Amino acid sequence: MTSEHWLLHVEQLTKHFGPTCPDCRRLTGPDTGRSRCPRCGTVWACVDVNVQLAAGEVLGIVGESGSGKSTLLQMIHLAIRPDSGRIWYCDDGETPRDLLALDRYEARHFRNTRLGIVYQRPELGLNMRFSVGGNVAEKLLLAEWRHFGRIRARTAELMAKTELPPERIDDEPATFSGGMLQRVQIAKALASRPALLLLDEITSGLDVSVQARVLDLLRRIQWEDGITMLLVSHDLGVVRQLARRTIVMKNGHIVEAGLTDQILEDPQHPYTQLLVSSAL
Amino acid sequence: MSANIDQLYNFALLDEDAKRAIRRSLLKAVALPGHLVPFASRDLPIARGWGTGGLQITLALVTPDDTLKVIDQGDDESVNAVNLRRLITRTTGITTTVDTAAATVIQTRHRIPEEPLRDDQILVLQVPMADPLRWVEPHLERATVMHGEADYGKMWVYLYESVVRAGDLRIASQYPVIVNRRYLMDTTPIPRWDVPKLHMAETLYLFGAGREKRIYAVPPYTAVEPLQFEDYPFRTEYRPGQRCARCGAENAFLTTHFVADARGGRWEATCSDANYCAKRRAQAEATA
Repeated sequence: MTSEHWLLHVEQLTKHFGPTCPDCRRLTGPDTGRSRCPRCGTVWACVDVNVQLAAGEVLGIVGESGSGKSTLLQMIHLAIRPDSGRIWYCDDGETPRDLLALDRYEARHFRNTRLGIVYQRPELGLNMRFSVGGNVAEKLLLAEWRHFGRIRARTAELMAKTELPPERIDDEPATFSGGMLQRVQIAKALASRPALLLLDEITSGLDVSVQARVLDLLRRIQWEDGITMLLVSHDLGVVRQLARRTIVMKNGHIVEAGLTDQILEDPQHPYTQLLVSSAL
Repeated sequence: MSANIDQLYNFALLDEDAKRAIRRSLLKAVALPGHLVPFASRDLPIARGWGTGGLQITLALVTPDDTLKVIDQGDDESVNAVNLRRLITRTTGITTTVDTAAATVIQTRHRIPEEPLRDDQILVLQVPMADPLRWVEPHLERATVMHGEADYGKMWVYLYESVVRAGDLRIASQYPVIVNRRYLMDTTPIPRWDVPKLHMAETLYLFGAGREKRIYAVPPYTAVEPLQFEDYPFRTEYRPGQRCARCGAENAFLTTHFVADARGGRWEATCSDANYCAKRRAQAEATA
């Protein structure tokens, strides 16, 4: 651990799906190019992952589909429980605590108050049967806001911040376009003023001009609020625009980590070189 | 025990093991105020959905020394109340009463008596739908997890949307409450009028849902707070100027019914609690 203030420290996080066999670890990993053990069929989604996130930092996680980046994000979101490892969390001036030691009730409370998440597919993050305002209000209601007028005012403020038309506060999410839904998700994630924003492939499936607007919005939020972000993407362009530091994952392992510019300009690992050359 | 008991049955119909199992669930329910405790709902000579949850609690509770009152919608004389009372009397031989103050166990559907209850009385409520989360989460498994994690955001959004669409909290009965600052609980189809009576009450309230196989409880002196917004507070059905046409009570829950007369008839509002109304009228006659 460094002396500078860190918000999140992921230590030796491992997650597998399947029965496991003695040869699993030897037969999987980036050197073999496999996540799935050919002998027993076990999928090693994350193996001994270490990540440290400083307060106010934006960290990018890149890698191909199935490299374990979304699993890692879900573990940090306390939605998937890892097999082993620790997730330390430390608010400024407090003693670090292990999030995996929280029981489900405490974990939910932590997730509601300290974390915000934006999913690739809006239907995962939003309740499509509630109105847009109701979706954003849910976070506030969970944080024990009990004044209807103030909830409406805060929702309108968040909608303005995320460039959504405030007069559509009571509309159904189904009537919104894909880019707007991503901004609704961002508004919802920001509602409780989280310490950490988790972004899972948020611009995939959006057209390029809409992508640019969503990225602009995130950059502005990062600039104005200094919010810490963890950004998962397979799009190097997105990571380059937002993240100062990047880790590269392959077959459940971190193969390279460092400053984004350095990784994109001078990739060391053969996989990163392939990734960069195929993207540019 | 009196001689008119049908000796084909055990005291209070249910076998002793069944009664003991229900009492165990009741103890758990009292220990976890507002928490839904599953129990093995027995088959009874009445159909599920007709008060079997409340009936099983009453049958598991009563002793030969108890005095029982059974009401339905506040009325001692409605068909459901009469039938349940008859079943319990025939299988136990215990004394029954219509006087709220004289009863030790009161089984009720849809109402809490107007007369304040004491700490030596137990109120047993028949519950049609036990889980308040069914409004927002139809899957029982998921709702159970939500209760476990106190994840009541969806319920709050439901209330929020109710204000957005209707301009107010539009919930007529079975108003959702938070019990002991922890569990979200359905108040059965009691009117909003009776919800404040649950808060810090002297009496033990037991809830039984026979069809849904759940028991829950509000022990005495437990905080029961209706879900509400600071600027859209919970309100009872009270209307200024309301008055019972029979006894003149101004602060009682009223029901309206049509009274036919020579001029065609009119709507009349009277107390829903029949015993309360009758007592007030007897009192007025005595003093007149």
